[in-house]
Amino acid sequence: MTGQPVVHVSSVRKTYGRTVAVDEVSFDVHAGEIFGLIGPNGAGKTTTMECVNGLRAPDRGLISVLGLEPRRDVYALQERIGVQLQAAQFQKRVKVREAVGLWASLYRKPVDGDRLIDQLGLSDKRDAWFMTLSGGQKQRLFIALALINDPELVFLDELTTGLDPQARRAIWDLVRGIRQRGKTVFLTTHLMEEAERLCDRVAIIDRGRIIDLGTPAELVHRHCPERTVILVTEEPNAAERFRAIPLVQSVSAEGPQLTIRGLRGDLVAQVIQCLADHRIGVVDFRTEAPTLEDVFLKLTGHMIRD
Amino acid sequence: MLRGLWKLTWLEIKIFMREPLGVLGSVGIPVLIFVVFGRILGTQAERVSSDVPRAISVDLPILASLLITASTVLSLVAIIAIYREGGILRRLRATPLRPYTILTAHVLVKLLFTAITLGIMLLVGRRYYSVDAGVPLVSFTLALLFSTVSLLSLGFLVASLVPTARFAQPIGTLILYPMLGVSGLFMPVASLPPMLQVVARALPLTYAVSLLRGIWHGEGWFAHAGDVAVLAGMFLAFTALSTKVFRWE
Repeated sequence: MTGQPVVHVSSVRKTYGRTVAVDEVSFDVHAGEIFGLIGPNGAGKTTTMECVNGLRAPDRGLISVLGLEPRRDVYALQERIGVQLQAAQFQKRVKVREAVGLWASLYRKPVDGDRLIDQLGLSDKRDAWFMTLSGGQKQRLFIALALINDPELVFLDELTTGLDPQARRAIWDLVRGIRQRGKTVFLTTHLMEEAERLCDRVAIIDRGRIIDLGTPAELVHRHCPERTVILVTEEPNAAERFRAIPLVQSVSAEGPQLTIRGLRGDLVAQVIQCLADHRIGVVDFRTEAPTLEDVFLKLTGHMIRD
Repeated sequence: MLRGLWKLTWLEIKIFMREPLGVLGSVGIPVLIFVVFGRILGTQAERVSSDVPRAISVDLPILASLLITASTVLSLVAIIAIYREGGILRRLRATPLRPYTILTAHVLVKLLFTAITLGIMLLVGRRYYSVDAGVPLVSFTLALLFSTVSLLSLGFLVASLVPTARFAQPIGTLILYPMLGVSGLFMPVASLPPMLQVVARALPLTYAVSLLRGIWHGEGWFAHAGDVAVLAGMFLAFTALSTKVFRWE
């Protein structure tokens, strides 16, 4: 990571009446990464993002985006960022090409709108009304609108909420494509799978506070180091052999199926070594590693609510 | 900075034209009411004494004009409410489009269709009323557009305050039509009960009626400088107030 962070947020607080939406939030977003703010609905993700892109004023704290102060320099900033808003809508009877054309007219240095439509796979929907687009096509249009000014930083708020898994994966590829073009992406999601697959770094936010921040792998390693190996074997004294491995914490048997729990990644290697050493034949073998979802559960004590 | 204003205005015109029911409602209905009134009153006019048709032929164009204005204001209130509820305003706001550019575009669209409706009415009206050659139509059109802008600012205020799109139309109607009742169009303001006179004097429509009637009679702008001043003042006040209370989402 070289030079200044693209986004610098320090001790930001925002309240609505008596409700504290965001409290003492601090983080940096670096150039060229996909940074994700993850947490359940109502955790303060959107509020945080809207403070950063200048749509809301924080009550306290410091925010710097591309060297600008979002509230004061909002119009200068808008030339350099692209924004996709959560659950955004558009006039029902506006055509794809017209929406892109309008957006292009708003910026000083727009990219070619027709090419953008092609790149986002909307070529055959060019003349379709907004109301006739599918959820995935609408989101692709909103991504196109967010990219029309060739922004350095793109904000994507709950981009794939409500999309089917196929459309979701297509959108993920598009977002990776944005990073490949050297842009920085700041996104929010309540889908842990999305964060794990897409983000270079994530900040977990709950009840307005950032609980931890790091790469998905770091977070999993830090908070959920346990590994599980599940195997099926006919060998009667296999359980005893596995219990002898120092890393193993517990072995439980359910008929021929053994569940071996232990710490750290090399548990799996040691189990395999043990199978080889003792010539234990297995019918089935799989491992379970914790995910961001488990990390979240552990850190907040509650499930992600949809 | 009005970047995007023409593009947005043109886009809104196209979008409006794509909704046949909306066009019918805002252009067709006032024309229809005008024609129906014209038929009823026109045939009556031939039978009764010679004073009555004169009174009718003076007021009907003004009533018709105000009906256009009313539907213009109502449709603005509705569209702002729908745009806000649907998150469209929010989406537009996160661009270099300035808030007043968005509102100006809508006002321009509304004024255009107001002018079109008025034009159609004048064409259709020729069959029922012999419009006096002395009626200053250009001035009258200007006066109507001016009154419309002033009333639109009241529309902004209503649009800023109504919670949802579903309430927008009925609340707008509840405000507009009683306003039409005490505006002096149907009976002189001086003949109203004192309480209603106070109400009438506080409402922009009363001044719009006075201005439109005066211009139609050929009294000229100077004779109605007071009405113009009050309408302009109300426009400024309502606009200032609505920018204070306007909610984008």
